[in-house]
Amino acid sequence: MAELHTEEMVLNMGPQHPSTHGVLRVELVVDGEVVVDAIPHIGYLHRCFEKHAEAMNYQQVVPYCDRMDYVTSMNNDHAYVLAVEKLLNIQVPERVEYIRVIMAELQRIVSHLVAIGTYGLDIGAFTPFLYCFRDREMVLDLFETTCGARLLYNYMWPGGLSHDIPADFVEKTKIFVKQFPKTVKELNDLLSYNEIFVKRTANVGVLPADVAINYAASGPVLRGSGVKWDLRKDAPYSVYPKFDFDVVVGTGEMGTLGDCWDRYMVRVREMEQSLRIIEQAIDKIPEGNVQAAIPKRIRPPVGEVYVRSEAPRGELGYYIISDGSQNPFRVKGRAPSFVHIGLLPEISRGYLIADMIAIIGSIDIVLGDCDR
Amino acid sequence: MNPTARYFRNIGKGFWTVLIGMKVTMRHLFTPAVTIQYPDARMAIPERGRNRLYVNMDDCIGCDQCAMACPVDCITIETAKSLPTEDLGVTSTGQKKRLWVTQFDIDFGKCCYCGLCVPPCPTECIYMTNVFEFSDYDRKNLIYSFITLTPDEVAQKDKQAREAEREAAAKKAAAAAAAAAQKAAQAAQKPSPSPVEPPQKPTPPQAPPVQPATSTAQPSTSSDLPSVPTDKKVENPEVKPGPEPPSSAVNGSPEGKVD
Amino acid sequence: MHNFITYYLGTGVLSSLLSSLLPILFVFGYALVAMYLELKISAHMQDRLGPMRTGKWHGWAQPLADVVKLLQKEDTIPTAADKPLYILAPLLVFMGSYAAYAAIPFSPAYIGADINLGVFYIIAVSAIVVLGILMAGWSSDNKWSLLGAMRTAAQLVSYEIPSSLAVLSVVMVAGSLNLNDVCSAQTGWFWNWFIFGKFPFLFITFVIYFIASLAETNRSPFDIPEAESELVAGYHTEYSGMRFAFFYLAEYANMFTVAAIAAVLFFGGWNSPFGTFMSGPIWGAFWLITKGMVLVLVQMWLRWTLPRFRVDQLMYLSWKILTPFALADLVAVGLWTVLR
Repeated sequence: MAELHTEEMVLNMGPQHPSTHGVLRVELVVDGEVVVDAIPHIGYLHRCFEKHAEAMNYQQVVPYCDRMDYVTSMNNDHAYVLAVEKLLNIQVPERVEYIRVIMAELQRIVSHLVAIGTYGLDIGAFTPFLYCFRDREMVLDLFETTCGARLLYNYMWPGGLSHDIPADFVEKTKIFVKQFPKTVKELNDLLSYNEIFVKRTANVGVLPADVAINYAASGPVLRGSGVKWDLRKDAPYSVYPKFDFDVVVGTGEMGTLGDCWDRYMVRVREMEQSLRIIEQAIDKIPEGNVQAAIPKRIRPPVGEVYVRSEAPRGELGYYIISDGSQNPFRVKGRAPSFVHIGLLPEISRGYLIADMIAIIGSIDIVLGDCDR
Repeated sequence: MNPTARYFRNIGKGFWTVLIGMKVTMRHLFTPAVTIQYPDARMAIPERGRNRLYVNMDDCIGCDQCAMACPVDCITIETAKSLPTEDLGVTSTGQKKRLWVTQFDIDFGKCCYCGLCVPPCPTECIYMTNVFEFSDYDRKNLIYSFITLTPDEVAQKDKQAREAEREAAAKKAAAAAAAAAQKAAQAAQKPSPSPVEPPQKPTPPQAPPVQPATSTAQPSTSSDLPSVPTDKKVENPEVKPGPEPPSSAVNGSPEGKVD
Repeated sequence: MHNFITYYLGTGVLSSLLSSLLPILFVFGYALVAMYLELKISAHMQDRLGPMRTGKWHGWAQPLADVVKLLQKEDTIPTAADKPLYILAPLLVFMGSYAAYAAIPFSPAYIGADINLGVFYIIAVSAIVVLGILMAGWSSDNKWSLLGAMRTAAQLVSYEIPSSLAVLSVVMVAGSLNLNDVCSAQTGWFWNWFIFGKFPFLFITFVIYFIASLAETNRSPFDIPEAESELVAGYHTEYSGMRFAFFYLAEYANMFTVAAIAAVLFFGGWNSPFGTFMSGPIWGAFWLITKGMVLVLVQMWLRWTLPRFRVDQLMYLSWKILTPFALADLVAVGLWTVLR
């Protein structure tokens, strides 16, 4: 008897879709409900960041860096100013370093809260999203009292910071640190260990460790596959060596090593580790002037530099070429989300359409970061 | 674990985690809400809040530092040199003002609220207020003009600056011509076969008008900025950040509308 | 147990018409209240306030505003849609949901149609909903709607089985398919209710019935058909305005039907929990509606707590967990009943 002729259907997800984290178009080739191929199309949010950076001076590039990955604005700034400071070969006061680390870790918590909340939303749990954002508000209030903005901070300037922390910052941060573990526990109760959520995300989108390394994955995507690689420990920068924290790695406890649940849980546990760093740092901020080392005119010598940092999404790097003038010759942002999008076809073959949502949510891309 | 045991364990885990989740949401049903009823109640904007800019023109010396610092080029400044006889006054920091500021426009449609224009100002006349509710139906109305001169005054200042410039250039040219003529006369008296100097030093090129974009000096309406809202010029000085009392506290006690 | 309408007006056309339209008044009123409760409960569970402005006092008029909005929307039919099916689909879905109200005993004095096969009729007529949903998905001429409709059909049909088996257990204990008789068998104080009978088997039966009926109504965690974040809106993506309102109303009507059946089968129906105190024809209606509303609230609570199942996991739950348990339970209850 002749084989029944079936055709593969091409389904288009996005660019307007409630579950792709931004304007991402994924072309799904499906056989019934099983995904045969997933082709991402990006570029809908391209804003020519690198071209803009060639036209303005080093100080003015910082607001543009904010807007690359708009959920982790502090981390973008951090990587960029570290690169510029390396180019200029200046040493910032230790107070600046401490405050930068605190801000970066707070931003990491905030970014992971967004990732976790929206992941729950994708899977169908509407409530954890609100709980995550409720806690995010506290951190955004902290940021607002410090630098005046809630999302795009322009806080870290080459050589220092735009404002010193206000008088009540330490106290308010301590209040936040004290009550945040309760939220993490609530999230674990409501979402992380919920059997339905586990069944949706465990054994789905398995990314083996060697494939992850070959695809240049980094951050929670890489650590979820069991690879213990964190730039804060393996290529330390700023004052991270002074703090004691663990590198969270996926263990495959709910399914296979490297599945969506592992990547999700790495983020939850990383939030707790970030909290540890903040706890240690908040009491030890040295005195100093945060604006002492800011140069009047930034005119680096001719040269190039690549500095990478551990952003919540992965390895965020800036490659700056200076031609000796006030404007950089080239600023390239190495965006983690751009690299992780390339993973999508690899880890989604053979899973169902509903799993696509889980997979895209677990690699946690932000299209601003991907398209720049 | 054998499949049967795993099967029953999964069912048990399923029920148990569902019940734990339900306990969390039930507890939250009775906790008070964390949101407030905007616009009846508003969160207080902190002192450093970066919202709409305000320029205090009394202190502005027209140095253009803020416009140069802006990454999106949303500030447009044109100035006209004042005559030596005019007294523009002194800024609050003690600096003597020498330039008439004939255009100071900030396009809030372009402004990215980064605050880079605030530190370079030598007199601290540009700063960010806590006003964030200023949306408009027309994009043109987002271009705020801060100058305190009327359009006629702007035209007049431009004109007098240009004339002064022209006079100065003419005087300079005349002086240079006179000096060159004298030198030529001296050389003519000397018997040296030095190569004849050019009869006159080439006149310095006519100084370009002070403001290349003099379109703003047109009387009344400016042509490239359609409908600069001249009635929206000066901000209410009370908008300066600092004690803005009406923003109410978090727990939502409804107070009157805040402007 | 009589229908006071037939008692006073005879059994003519007029009284049948009135009998069948009385529940619709209830459904409309209930739907508005349920919509408002859903908004407010979900809001407070999420630490926010919900609607507060429509109607001045805590947004009580929000459902009314929604209804008015839906009524005045443009009636769009996609060009390539299958017109007759497209128009018929919401009507069928609503009809299927509403037809079950005929056999629900609201009070000892009122039942739409006192059928001796009450339970059987309800299960059978709820299957019309599947037909309506398939029509909606197919006629929308939209791949996503089609997927949603197919999933829904599979889901609804699969969950009919454990649901019916659970109901069968109760029928065995009560000895009759007539819902009024089932209620009468639970008179007295609340420990006479079936949920406490033949412990623990009828309790397990209730859990199975509740989960299966949750899937019947397409409520989270079984809301794959309308999985908002996956298929935009499933089988009713292309519907707007009054047609969408029909689907919406049908969903709420279904919720109450299922809750009311559970109340009748397991919680004593129109009986008061305190024996003869607060019982009577009008109190009966009050008790049934209250018990139904409590179960509706539990359904809402579950919606805002749990993530949703994937389609194959849904099927697994129905065929491999609920059905075997329901069968085993049926056997246990049957043995217990026979050997008593």
